[in-house]
Amino acid sequence: MRSRFRVALCALALAGALWSPSASAAKDELVIGITQFPSTFHPNIDSMLAKTYILAFTRRPITTYDKDWQLVCMLCVRLPTIDNGLAVPETTPDGKKGIAVTYTLRGDATWGDGTPVSTQDVLFTWEIGRHPRAGVGNMELYRSLYKIDVKDAKTFTMHFDKLTFEYNAINDFRLIPAHLDRKNFADPVAYKTRTVFDTDTVNKGLFNGPYRITEVVTGSHVVLEPNPTWWGRKPHFKRIVVRIVQNTAALEANLLSGNIDMIAGELGLTVDQAFAFEKRHGDKFNIVYKSGLIYEHIDLNLSNPILNDVRVRRALIHGIDRGSISDKLFAGRQPVAHSNVNPLDWVYADDLPRYAFDPKTAATLLDDAGWTEKRQGFRHNKKGERLTLELMTTAGNRTRELVEQVLQSHWKAIGIDVRIRNEAPRVFFGQTVTQRKFTGLAMFAWISAPESVPRTTLHSAHIPTEANNYAGQNYTGFKNAEVDQLIESIEVELDRAKRRKLWHRLQEIYVTELPVIPLYFRAEPYIMPKWLTGLEPTGHQDPSPLWVENWGVKP
Amino acid sequence: MARFLVHRLWQSLLVLGLMSFVVYSLIGLMPGDPVDLMITADPKITSEDAARLRQLYGLDKPIVERYGNWLMAAVSGDFGYSRLFAKPVMEALKPALANTVLLLGLSFALALAIALPAGIIAATRPYSKLDYAVNALAFAGISVPSFWLGLMLIVVFAVLLGVLPAGGTGELGKGGVWDSLKFLVLPVATLTIASVGGHARYMRAAMIETLRQDYIRTARAIGAGETRVVLHHALRNALIPVVTIIALDFGNLFSGALITETIFSWPGMGRLIYDSVMGNDFNLALVALLLATLLTLIGNFLADVAYVWLDPRISFREVER
Repeated sequence: MRSRFRVALCALALAGALWSPSASAAKDELVIGITQFPSTFHPNIDSMLAKTYILAFTRRPITTYDKDWQLVCMLCVRLPTIDNGLAVPETTPDGKKGIAVTYTLRGDATWGDGTPVSTQDVLFTWEIGRHPRAGVGNMELYRSLYKIDVKDAKTFTMHFDKLTFEYNAINDFRLIPAHLDRKNFADPVAYKTRTVFDTDTVNKGLFNGPYRITEVVTGSHVVLEPNPTWWGRKPHFKRIVVRIVQNTAALEANLLSGNIDMIAGELGLTVDQAFAFEKRHGDKFNIVYKSGLIYEHIDLNLSNPILNDVRVRRALIHGIDRGSISDKLFAGRQPVAHSNVNPLDWVYADDLPRYAFDPKTAATLLDDAGWTEKRQGFRHNKKGERLTLELMTTAGNRTRELVEQVLQSHWKAIGIDVRIRNEAPRVFFGQTVTQRKFTGLAMFAWISAPESVPRTTLHSAHIPTEANNYAGQNYTGFKNAEVDQLIESIEVELDRAKRRKLWHRLQEIYVTELPVIPLYFRAEPYIMPKWLTGLEPTGHQDPSPLWVENWGVKP
Repeated sequence: MARFLVHRLWQSLLVLGLMSFVVYSLIGLMPGDPVDLMITADPKITSEDAARLRQLYGLDKPIVERYGNWLMAAVSGDFGYSRLFAKPVMEALKPALANTVLLLGLSFALALAIALPAGIIAATRPYSKLDYAVNALAFAGISVPSFWLGLMLIVVFAVLLGVLPAGGTGELGKGGVWDSLKFLVLPVATLTIASVGGHARYMRAAMIETLRQDYIRTARAIGAGETRVVLHHALRNALIPVVTIIALDFGNLFSGALITETIFSWPGMGRLIYDSVMGNDFNLALVALLLATLLTLIGNFLADVAYVWLDPRISFREVER
């Protein structure tokens, strides 16, 4: 008896020694799980959501879109507009219609080492951005920004060589601290391997936000602590740890075990995974589904003669029950998309025709298109050719594979033989989609911004070909002169009412011509502890940590 | 011995050279390049940007020329820059290698420490209850998928009992050595269970075969105790085929365990190699795979040396043949 008691006591002691309560029990530490580690911490080299997410805790952009999808100032004092006189249309030296936009940086904005954020940083960022060999991927902003006039240490005027409605949105102009990185830019070609962002990621001077990075373990985690020079509201948490757990099942297990406190919606579970998690453990967490600008759709290769017929395209969309897919697979949390514009976007047109699930209409359309003969359940044309299409998506993505099977069965019911052939994302996005090597239908998602003009996805000049180095995302090969004209007009139309009309017509053509089958807008599930307050998902690419100073703990 | 070493060195260099060309070519033949991946991540990249980036990263050159440039630099000690980790390749490799050596080294040692005695004991009591039990556990270990096993261990020990962390490497500097060791328990257990079965079965089979030999009967006949017969007379000979298996596993020590590392968020070589191949990081993928090749060659070399040590009848000349 005594020995059993001793054994039990030892076991308890061992368990006690092994068990360490989660540090967040003190509620001054927050551990967040995400599924990706950034390849670089430089804000302007390589576009990656994991980097954007982590840096959002530590840096503030000059302008950004907030949770209501409105453009706001973060580092600037006042948003420049034509109405308030801080933005003035002008003619560029080579005769184009441009605009001069004046920003004033916040007087109290400083880097983490106490150096003020100044126009020197603005000039330096511009210098890096327009150097062709510095490693900056997207130089479009820098090509358009041809001059910067500096008024003083905080005020500067940017001169752009085109006048678009987004003239004052410089969200992608992410400041680089000149006092730290200028010496590394002495050799611009070597800059991307020498930048302080990667060689000394914990350097205080890189950060001007509420937090700064104090520890990085590649592939494992990033530790953030409050930035003493932050000028805004003092953040609640003394420590935030962002842990990388690539496998979503392991991510859930980490959450349940208390190893992490929350799973970020931006880089976490899919909706169906979150829904299944909610069924089992929903009472322990606060789960919020934020509809966002991730547009899940099926690109149709219009070079395929079958898909080039609009009647077949309309039959395809009439033949699938998207509402049922949304209800049964996603519990209605991912609303059906009727066009490429999200209903939360102010330019969304809600009066356009919608394609209901209507197999009879689908059948009529296919008959009209010449697919009249039925053999073994599948339609054939007069030449005896079977109506066969290939559907591709990313292999290993369970949600998409489930949706594929549902779509295949719906289309089979109306006589269309759909063959599923999936590829690893590396291959699918490596060449199959980007070089238009898919023969029929390709299912994937676009991520965009509020009022994002679909130039690269719909303009005929952006059909990827060998001649243009396969740049451009008009993978369907859609060519419509009116759409090209509308895109060009929308970009330069400053009047909101007129611009809304142009958007309306664009969406009208989109849903009529149907180069793409809209499926749904993905929702981002945020799985948070019940004691966490203040986190407001944005639904777009400017992530929630940009307002981390508002996060707190329920009293 | 010297001749053996020189031959082995030349063979290894030749294999490494060939492997470097084959791996570089295979990665180059994969669909898409790093710029294609950048375009997917940022649709605003224009065709001018794409051409500029391809030129910047040397992707517009023929693959043979790119390989030649890499080789020239590698020979002078410059293994290039990892685009995926934004640091020189060796700097990206070292922590992953250290993590993998720690994880797989521990599980390898533990697996052998369990498997070899288990195999020996099972062989000395063939068809007994103990033998059946060892075989059953061995088959269970071999059959259970490691990803499922890992997740089950997490569910039981991290979620239900809450005594061990679900993954990660710990936060260095916090809690000391014991805190860091805690993070190793479950991944090491997963890998050990997965590999102990196979080694136990090999050991058992080799030992049973050896114990059937005439000289073992002779040893017993002249009065040697069973322990001496097994450990002194039989074991060395039984180890020869087992050493071959262990040598092959040695290379795996350094190429990591992708599934286990992913489940337990352990940043080791497996994940590094996978991420670098999928992310089209030529430099890193190539060097990591060559490192795994080199260490496999070293493992085979050590196995050959072990043969000679285990069986004095084998000479280096015979091993070379």
